[in-house]
Amino acid sequence: MDRLPRRRQLLRAGLPAMLVAPLAARAQERAAVTIDEHDYFPRELRVAPGTTVVWTNKDDTPHNVVSTDNPRAFRSRIMDTTEVFEFTFAAAGTYSYFCSLHPHMRGRIIVG
Amino acid sequence: MRNDEHPDHGRRHALECMLWAGSGLLWTVAGGIPRSSLLGSAEAHAQSAQGSFSFVHISDTHLGFNMAPNPDPVVTLRESLDRAKSFNPALMLHTGDITHLSRPGEFDRATQIINGARIETHYAPGEHDVVEDDGKDFYQRFPQGARTGGFYSFDQGGVHFVCLNNVTNLQAGKMGMIGAEQMRFLEQDLAARTASTPIVVFAHIPLWVVHEPWGWGTEDSAQLLRLLARFGSVTVLNGHIHQTMQKIEGHVAFHTGMSTAFPQPAPGSRPSAGPIRDLPPGELRKLLGINRVSRVQNDGALAVVSSPLEG
Repeated sequence: MDRLPRRRQLLRAGLPAMLVAPLAARAQERAAVTIDEHDYFPRELRVAPGTTVVWTNKDDTPHNVVSTDNPRAFRSRIMDTTEVFEFTFAAAGTYSYFCSLHPHMRGRIIVG
Repeated sequence: MRNDEHPDHGRRHALECMLWAGSGLLWTVAGGIPRSSLLGSAEAHAQSAQGSFSFVHISDTHLGFNMAPNPDPVVTLRESLDRAKSFNPALMLHTGDITHLSRPGEFDRATQIINGARIETHYAPGEHDVVEDDGKDFYQRFPQGARTGGFYSFDQGGVHFVCLNNVTNLQAGKMGMIGAEQMRFLEQDLAARTASTPIVVFAHIPLWVVHEPWGWGTEDSAQLLRLLARFGSVTVLNGHIHQTMQKIEGHVAFHTGMSTAFPQPAPGSRPSAGPIRDLPPGELRKLLGINRVSRVQNDGALAVVSSPLEG
């Protein structure tokens, strides 16, 4: 279950809406990264703190999204075609990531 | 010191030619796919038949893949296994990407089908097999390298086989990696072998640089070659790139195998390495298949014969 973003985990756990709502409110900003042709589009994305970035795999090859930080800031499960992964960036900073199946695929989220 | 411990690299070109002639490599043109050829097909098979030991190399079965150009790789896997059985091999090497998504159901289906062929099979992990949970589902089903994390060796038919794992802990922007632990294992493992022992090394990602921009190579393969340099016959078998390629370096013959699921483009020929979707009708099975490897001469040379499902 660790691949699910926190908000969805809470929803799955069936917690009352009143507990979920404040979390949802903090993660209103959303931004998209598309995965296609063994690449991330855009490769570099600038967002404000609190933004939820959603990666969507539109390629016909499975990919993933793995932080290069140690310890890793995030790591998706393997994403088949049309599958998505999302992560909310609370803190400012530069977050580099890659596809651990195709390590030449690299991207970066700049939060600030 | 034995004379065969240190081949004369100053005569590399001549040695390469001798190896090509001696190993009977067969790479012909079929279905528009160029393969170098030194022997005719019938001649190679006749030579193979005389050998006392042969095995098959299968790769990239990708169970779980379900799109163009092959919505049902189970069918082409079964056809590949039928082809393998027709060769009556002593064993089969699977160089990884058994599954497409590392999912338990894909592993179970692959195990059921491959075990049904009743060929002793040894597996190297592909990155699609060990991407989740440190490869738990892979090592549960294929425990030969479970203790070490995917590498091991064994002897059969007078050949020393070494399985390497170059797909774990891949680093951003880098190609495959063998790593220091496996190098130490390999050094110790090879120390007890005579230079005349035929060596087969199998791993998923090519153990030479095929195309760096797509990650088709192994970062520390030069170190591997140094460990193998004193052996007179080394055959390296890889998968990952879903097409046949070969290269000779010193006494080392590198070969990649076709996938049984879908072909990938020639290096750099398309924007990305994804499946070739737009195949003309009837072309798919010319680009899928297995390799047959035979010991064709008494000096330990091995012949690798590519065997597409059609053509």
